[in-house]
Amino acid sequence: MSTTATEGTTARKWLLSYPTLMLGVFFVGPFGIMLAVSFFQRVESAFYKPAFVFSNYARLFSSLFLDNLAFSLYLGMLVAVISVSVAFPFTYLLSRMRMRTQTIWLVFLLSVLSLSEVIIAFSWSILLSRTAGVSNLLVWLGLMDHPVGLAPGFTAEVLGYCYLTLPYTVLMLYPSMSRLDPELTEAARTLGASPQRAFFNVVIPAMRQPIVASLILVFVFTLGVYLIPQILGNPEHWTLSVLITDQAVYQSNVPFAAALAVFLLLTSLALILLTFVLGARERIHTAS
Amino acid sequence: MSDETKNGITRREFIGAGLAGAAMLSMPPILRAQNRTLKVGVYGGYFKDSFDKHIFPDFTKETGIEVQSVAEPTGEAWLVQLQNAARAGQAPADVSMMAQVPRLKGANAKLWAPLDAAKLDNRKYLLDNFVHTYDDGSISGLGAVSWYITLVTNTDTYPEPPESWAAFWDPANRDKLGLLALVSNSFLLEITAKTFFNGHDSLKSEDDILKVLDKLAEVKPNVRLWYRDEGQFQQALQSGEIPMGQYYHDVTGLAAADGFPVRSTFPKEGGVLDSGSWCVSKASNRLEEAHLFMNYMCRPDIQAKLARRVGTAPTVKREHLDLSDEEFAAVASDKPPILPYYQMYLDRGDWLSDRWTAMITG
Repeated sequence: MSTTATEGTTARKWLLSYPTLMLGVFFVGPFGIMLAVSFFQRVESAFYKPAFVFSNYARLFSSLFLDNLAFSLYLGMLVAVISVSVAFPFTYLLSRMRMRTQTIWLVFLLSVLSLSEVIIAFSWSILLSRTAGVSNLLVWLGLMDHPVGLAPGFTAEVLGYCYLTLPYTVLMLYPSMSRLDPELTEAARTLGASPQRAFFNVVIPAMRQPIVASLILVFVFTLGVYLIPQILGNPEHWTLSVLITDQAVYQSNVPFAAALAVFLLLTSLALILLTFVLGARERIHTAS
Repeated sequence: MSDETKNGITRREFIGAGLAGAAMLSMPPILRAQNRTLKVGVYGGYFKDSFDKHIFPDFTKETGIEVQSVAEPTGEAWLVQLQNAARAGQAPADVSMMAQVPRLKGANAKLWAPLDAAKLDNRKYLLDNFVHTYDDGSISGLGAVSWYITLVTNTDTYPEPPESWAAFWDPANRDKLGLLALVSNSFLLEITAKTFFNGHDSLKSEDDILKVLDKLAEVKPNVRLWYRDEGQFQQALQSGEIPMGQYYHDVTGLAAADGFPVRSTFPKEGGVLDSGSWCVSKASNRLEEAHLFMNYMCRPDIQAKLARRVGTAPTVKREHLDLSDEEFAAVASDKPPILPYYQMYLDRGDWLSDRWTAMITG
């Protein structure tokens, strides 16, 4: 009996070492290389050479890059909040539809995922243009005097981001939402709560964890997007990812691009940790 | 199971292969060269399509060297890829068309294979600034094509062509311009310096550059789009969404020929003349073919064909070309051009890019 148990543990150990290995090969390794490159010496008229210098990090502590980082984080949070606020009621209604309808919607959402960032950005820039965009439709309907161009602009950029993240958000919320016991809301209704009240006081608290997880996912996902702000945003709305691309691709300053990327990663990690710490403290608070 | 199939080859196949081999050995060398290939990197899209259609097949016909064209991105992305690949001993392309700043950076890093001047005799037709050498006199690259960035307008919105780059600063053009988003590909500093200051002389020190940047910052209210992607601006220019800006002379001419309401104007200060050069990756093992290819591309008749078919401005001196005045005007201009100040990007590229980003995002 004990032998079988040991065998089971060994097998499980081997099995668990697989994700660790993959994480090492595909995440820790590349990240290590990036970290190392971020300390390399930039040779301005050529490329870079291996070294251990802090000049790349020193350069990013300027108002140019710090302001940009602040904007990128703000944009990430804004998009996360909008995306989850739109996706949550949608997913709630979706999970209450007939199975067949649900499947059709899910297949549709999955197919939206196959659109690349470039296609999304270009489509929105045409949809929001003065000459061919939706404002012409509004003029035709008599709702507007003359067509206006909204792209590039902040609204266009946020719309593009939300379009990109919405399917992910729905797919993140869907599993827990479909497992949510309908009796919970039924009980609330029996006790006299209005449907709105049941939704806000029962469904949302019960879904707190998936909501926080989706917010974090969208936030992190948004930080890595770099084509949408380029195409749909004005220069003042370019994110740090755009500047990283410019450094790596157009300035061929890979060490500085790596330093910016490490900085972005650490800042977002710190924010996510903060969310967890606050969440845990609140839970202790509620328990006591 | 018969003996033949066990060995994985039938008797008939064996005889066939032997005959083919014998035939190959007895062929004249030029035909045997059919197996020789050369990977050539050219900008993806229109450039690559045109080269594939008009230039490479004739080269293959003449030399027997088959060209495999590789679509390369503009800007410095290709330089980074070539450099990374060369570290691993790989050459994604043997010969690449490089813009001047990445070419100079590659030369500083000795990324380009030094070439034999004796095998590149046709370089004598080139304009002097298109023969690039290392310190020891060996050749690091040769001018491939050049092109003009000019002042472009939508003819529906602007019935009269503008005369000067100063039109960008005209308050009447508020929210109407499309400009290139990077300091290193827009050459707006050179344009501003030529239009309002003393050209390159006004870009020699950081203080002077900041003065030019301040002047340039005045156009910001007029700019609707700072573009990185050419397609984005061209589409907007054609539809009239963004009716004025800077763009490529040849492509604008082609769009006009296709019936779109656009025009390209050489302002009185001149158009910006930028260029690309052929360089060979040091990781390439096709040096022989690369020399033949580059020598071929320097021929005046090929340069004239490029002007007629691809729409690029020749890198060969005009007296060697049989282009008519009209054909020449379609790709170039006799007005003295604004030349990019490449050395500035090499000397203070990082400083410049930060100041530039602060200017346009601020």
